[in-house]
Amino acid sequence: MRDRGLLVGGLALFVAVITFPVWYNVAAGTPTRGPEPVRPAGTGRCVGPTEYMRASHMSLLMAWRDDVVRGQDRNFVGPDGKTYAKSLTRTCLGCHTSKAEFCDRCHDYGAVKLTCWECHIDPASLRKAQR
Amino acid sequence: MSMDRRAFLGAAGLSALAMTGTQSLEALAGAGRPETTPEGRRAPRWGMVIDLRKCLEDRGCTDCIAACERAHNVPRLESRAHEVKWIWREPYERAFAQRGSGYGDEALRGKRVPVLCNHCDNPPCVRVCPVKATWKRGDGIVMMDWHRCIGCRYCMAACPYGARSFNWLDPRPRVKEVNPDFPTRTRGVVEKCNFCEERLAQGRGPACVEACRERALTFGDLRDPGSEVRGLLRSRHAMRRKPELGTEPSVYYLA
Repeated sequence: MRDRGLLVGGLALFVAVITFPVWYNVAAGTPTRGPEPVRPAGTGRCVGPTEYMRASHMSLLMAWRDDVVRGQDRNFVGPDGKTYAKSLTRTCLGCHTSKAEFCDRCHDYGAVKLTCWECHIDPASLRKAQR
Repeated sequence: MSMDRRAFLGAAGLSALAMTGTQSLEALAGAGRPETTPEGRRAPRWGMVIDLRKCLEDRGCTDCIAACERAHNVPRLESRAHEVKWIWREPYERAFAQRGSGYGDEALRGKRVPVLCNHCDNPPCVRVCPVKATWKRGDGIVMMDWHRCIGCRYCMAACPYGARSFNWLDPRPRVKEVNPDFPTRTRGVVEKCNFCEERLAQGRGPACVEACRERALTFGDLRDPGSEVRGLLRSRHAMRRKPELGTEPSVYYLA
């Protein structure tokens, strides 16, 4: 083990280089930022509890999609007992009016590429485009 | 119980026959196709009757086509290679291609007729779809799931009426006036008339029927003898497109 110094030194250098972005940001004082989606202002409730929606909204939307298109089942009774239309454009975007500030913030942050909007229409950006 | 080789083979053959026999019988009877709605009411069988005498197409009326395009974000593409059609006009000779009627159909020759998906009882497009992106609903509508379509275009090859179109180009920029309540399609999927199933769910009739000022299009339940469509069919002689193919269209034309 005559080259122990070389090995340990090399490893230390490797770790230093790999973690450089972290140290750099700590030194520069860059604040850590989450995606910060803008939630609707009113006191209205979502179709499900916040924790569930945060974790599983995609599963809910996929189930809605299959229910409406393949099962002709268009109404959703939420845990609060209220009935909602299973509609991305009407129900979801009805409260979360800004797709750019709600959906896109998190999906851009997490680099999640969606295909929803290739067909479905965001009424807000449509209005903006028409203006 | 002892069994010799001959008896065993005979019993095995008979059981195999019985098994396949019941399966094919079930398939023939169309098992699993709901004839009633979830609420237990008898499911309707949607159909359309088009009165060619009332249709003003020869005077340049395209109200039904325009209404459909508005309702479903159908792109307007002039190129025949890229066009997308839900309801469109076709010369009588091409729509019906009936030979052997002599001078019998002279009144209709040269006239253009509105044509759309026939929502067949026996739809060839449904049989060939490898991913079940198109299927027949209990109420007779040949429905499409654009989420699932892989764009193989087998259904287009199978449809004898040319009622299906492929999106070769991105349709969104080519839609004149986007209706936010209905999705546009994306490049690479097939689309066709859906008998306005999204409007039927709200208790409204199809957009083309509503738009026709001559009331040349009538929509209703073919299974109900008291319906308006059945009344019309009782009153006049009607034709269906390419009846010889056995697809059993649910769109009828009053000559």
